[in-house]
Amino acid sequence: MITIPEIPLDQFRDEALKLRNEKQMDYLINLVGMDWGDRLGVVYQLESTVTGEQIAVSTSTTDREKPELPSVCDIWKAANFKEREVYDYFGIRFINHPDMRRLFLRNDWVGYPLRKDDDPTDERNPLRMENETTIDTTTELELNPDGTLKDKENMIFEDREYVVNIGPQHPATHGVLRFRVSLEGETIKKIDANCGYIHRGIEKMSENLTYPQILALTDRLDYLGAHQNRHALCMCIEKALGVEVSDRVQYIRTIMDELQRIDSHLLFYSCLCMDLGALTAFFYGFRDREKILDIFEETCGGRLIMNYNTIGGVQADIHPDFVRKVKEFIVHLRGIIHEYHDIFTGNIIATQRMKGVGVLTRKDAISFGATGGTGRASGWACDVRKHKPYAAYAKVDFKEIVYQEGDSFARYMVRMDEIMESMRIIEQLIDNIPEGNFQEKMKPIIRVPAGFYSSTVEGSRGEFGVFIESKGEKSPYRLHFRSTGLPLVSLVETITCGAKIADLITIGGTLDYVVPDIDR
Amino acid sequence: MKKPEIKSIPYEEFTDNESLEKIVRELNQNGAGVFVGAIDDIINWGRSNSFWPLTFATSCCGIEFMALGAARYDMARFGFEVARASPRQADIILVCGTITNKMAPVLKRLYDQMPDPKYVIAVGGCAVSGGPFKKSYHVVNGVDQFLPVDVYIPGCPPRPEAFYYGLMQLQRKVKVEKFLGGVNRKEDQA
Amino acid sequence: MFDFSILTNRVHELLISSMSEGLAIFVECILVGVFILIMYALLALILIYMERKVCAFFQLRLGPTRVGKWGLLQLFADLIKLFTKEIISLKSSDKFLYGVAPFIVIVASIVTFSCIPISKGLEILDFNVGVFFLLAASSTGVVGILLAGWGSNSKFPLIGAMRSGAQIISYELSVGLSILTMVVLMGTMQFSEIVELQSTGWFIFKGHLPALVAFVIYLIAGNAETNRGPFDLPEAESELTAGYHTEYSGMHFAFFYLAEYLNLFIVAAIASTIFLGGWMPLHIPGLDGFNAIMDYIPGFVWFFTKTFVVVFLLMWIRWTFPRLRIDQILSLEWKYLVPIGLVNLIIMVLIVVFGLHF
Repeated sequence: MITIPEIPLDQFRDEALKLRNEKQMDYLINLVGMDWGDRLGVVYQLESTVTGEQIAVSTSTTDREKPELPSVCDIWKAANFKEREVYDYFGIRFINHPDMRRLFLRNDWVGYPLRKDDDPTDERNPLRMENETTIDTTTELELNPDGTLKDKENMIFEDREYVVNIGPQHPATHGVLRFRVSLEGETIKKIDANCGYIHRGIEKMSENLTYPQILALTDRLDYLGAHQNRHALCMCIEKALGVEVSDRVQYIRTIMDELQRIDSHLLFYSCLCMDLGALTAFFYGFRDREKILDIFEETCGGRLIMNYNTIGGVQADIHPDFVRKVKEFIVHLRGIIHEYHDIFTGNIIATQRMKGVGVLTRKDAISFGATGGTGRASGWACDVRKHKPYAAYAKVDFKEIVYQEGDSFARYMVRMDEIMESMRIIEQLIDNIPEGNFQEKMKPIIRVPAGFYSSTVEGSRGEFGVFIESKGEKSPYRLHFRSTGLPLVSLVETITCGAKIADLITIGGTLDYVVPDIDR
Repeated sequence: MKKPEIKSIPYEEFTDNESLEKIVRELNQNGAGVFVGAIDDIINWGRSNSFWPLTFATSCCGIEFMALGAARYDMARFGFEVARASPRQADIILVCGTITNKMAPVLKRLYDQMPDPKYVIAVGGCAVSGGPFKKSYHVVNGVDQFLPVDVYIPGCPPRPEAFYYGLMQLQRKVKVEKFLGGVNRKEDQA
Repeated sequence: MFDFSILTNRVHELLISSMSEGLAIFVECILVGVFILIMYALLALILIYMERKVCAFFQLRLGPTRVGKWGLLQLFADLIKLFTKEIISLKSSDKFLYGVAPFIVIVASIVTFSCIPISKGLEILDFNVGVFFLLAASSTGVVGILLAGWGSNSKFPLIGAMRSGAQIISYELSVGLSILTMVVLMGTMQFSEIVELQSTGWFIFKGHLPALVAFVIYLIAGNAETNRGPFDLPEAESELTAGYHTEYSGMHFAFFYLAEYLNLFIVAAIASTIFLGGWMPLHIPGLDGFNAIMDYIPGFVWFFTKTFVVVFLLMWIRWTFPRLRIDQILSLEWKYLVPIGLVNLIIMVLIVVFGLHF
């Protein structure tokens, strides 16, 4: 249960600057829009990378017709896309935000879906089969020196720019993401990312589902981090209910998380090689991934969507062959991983394509909130498993892989090295799984006590978080997932300026985002 | 009654023979000449063994589609591995993944850009009927609301073997079609 | 070695005895045209099948197996399907340029194909400036690609066509330089004479170091000419959808597809003719018994074996390496291959002048 002090609206901007500068809260973990009936507000979760302290604050406005809050996107760059998301869901406009457009929904959508008095399924928004009109301008609420507000129009693309559409259906965007790219010959001048093509409205759906029902949706968010997503939600609910899971469950959850991480990194390798043209390496990665899927299928029943973690434990005990198969797999992978490096990492064409491309500085990584392999490649040690350990991670010894260069090659090497570290973690745990319950006894209807709760795990792509506000019901009042991919997409614009189109593909491949996780 | 043959699976083992026989009966109401029928057979054999899918995947089912092309399941054995990225060169579109309201016009446009004869396969619960996201405000409940679907492959996600079963059902459907002198499917002039 | 010119002369006399000379030549032209088209189609089918199987085996899988035994009928199914596809005409494309582009590519490819000697006496075009004619004819293919990109009136094909045009025109320089190096050694540009001169040993052995360097440069540049392998950025699927032939469907697309594989065959055929002896068997001067055994195997078997080995090598390269970016492709050509080619040319000239070759 976390306490969230409320800061009055007129002091908020100064308080935010104080938090950033005096208390060195430079990492904005989460920016969640809330509708508290009488007030519309925003909750900010901040962390300091220097001291490790975490703090949460909130602010709100009572004006429901034209809610306006001060923007913090110049203090933390992560707020850029997140404030657009809050505008999309609640209609809150942020003062001095340069680009106040909807993020996920069509620009002709009527209403704000996550407001409590708005029913988005009614007839105001039928299925429109014409494409939405492309609007090249955006509005900004500017604060005049005398305190009044003014609407200002900003241009996204000028008339004479050569704008090419990459996506939404495109083999290399790893999902349905649309980039509008302004080109000059082969060089990229500006990129505008359009998300929302796989926005399934999970957060609004969760408000009408019970907690066990919401678990079914988490696997489908970042489907290559299915175990880790469900682990985060189960951990949050268990913490709220005060349930202690047995050691056996902690060990099993950790081993499954690490196997999922290896699976995800192998797929990252395969897709990156396919994007860069080395098709044979794609098949190498998938061949070994199939072995992990066999292990998953025996215990959990599924290859991709596994439905394994439950509130209070896991769905079924591990299969008797599990330990033996995992050990065989580790031996196999250790023996064969040199092939991956022989065919791709050492190749001069691959290194020329990746070294020096898309450099992300450490300061930018922290400001955008780009966690996971991307952040660690830029020199920011942000592994949740090391700094805020959970499950059985405190009991194992592993290295946190950090590179300093911040270019695409560093991002690639971070993940290849993490595969080795994950195998080390599994090796330390696999022989010592303690006996115990695999599922605690839970009440048939789960009601989370009133309050705010949050928890984070290290997903395959970064820090995946869950934020719940509950009023004591069996459905949450507000449920928010801290996406691992949204910061990564928001920084594509910054690191591709001046690069070539081919570099955009390399950068997109090494940032390694999964689009359903961005759009939720 | 034409019984399309699929290598290594006998006709009786397919579960949905009734709808196939219904299609055959409708198409052959006016009879078919022997010569025209023989040419039809050759052309349909060619068309059914060379489906080039369009690379289209929105979410989780797309990963199973990639696994289908990978080494263990290998759809190249059937001849389907030439997955073209441009809709103008593709024959079938495997709609893998959830279709949202924002993506629906894009998908319709892709479908319209494909040359005839073209087929649509709805893969996974989300494309068949909305799946786990049926109650959402932004998800189209099934891609058949705006596209004519030929084969449905249920599952969340369907196993690669289920993909093959669906593709073989499509092969059977193509093998009973009339190519010369007949209309296979009435499309709305929408 | 069986001399096919005996056969062609007998056919010619047969025709002249039964009809006037003009008509006989006309009939011969038609026969030769049909022969070229059949060879072209057959070779394309064999090459595409070979690529699919070879790439499958590299990638730990099987490739086509279900359609006919070992998947041999797969290509016929693909061809039937391509025949029956609708040819979409775009509303806002330049109709004439859009329609004529695939034909230009195919015609350039066929003309180049007819220059290559398949066996003794089995040549279609045999001038004394054969090599020069071949280089000129193969350059016209780039016009088709540029027209395809321009005529489609769409952004992705235009970018793809511009990249492809820049790449092909640049790499023609390297192809020309490496062939020029060999012409210095051979002393003739006529293809039948080039192959006859290799009866005492293939040119890659006769020319030792500069010939080897020229061979490597020719293979790299030839690969880039056909838009394949590490140089396939213009049609890179993961970047520009499908490059310059994005907007083509049905048979028009089939023309581009076939022309790509035939160009690969032609590059390999020229490499095997100029460097590896064409239809000439492996002769080691001094070992007469060995040479007599080698002579038993007919010329076209040698030719096709050598060509398919080079094709396999190029396929191997394609399926292993990632692709280069366009500025890396152009800098490879202008900063590395052209200077090395020029220095190589000078070395070859010195070797020929001072008689230091075998």
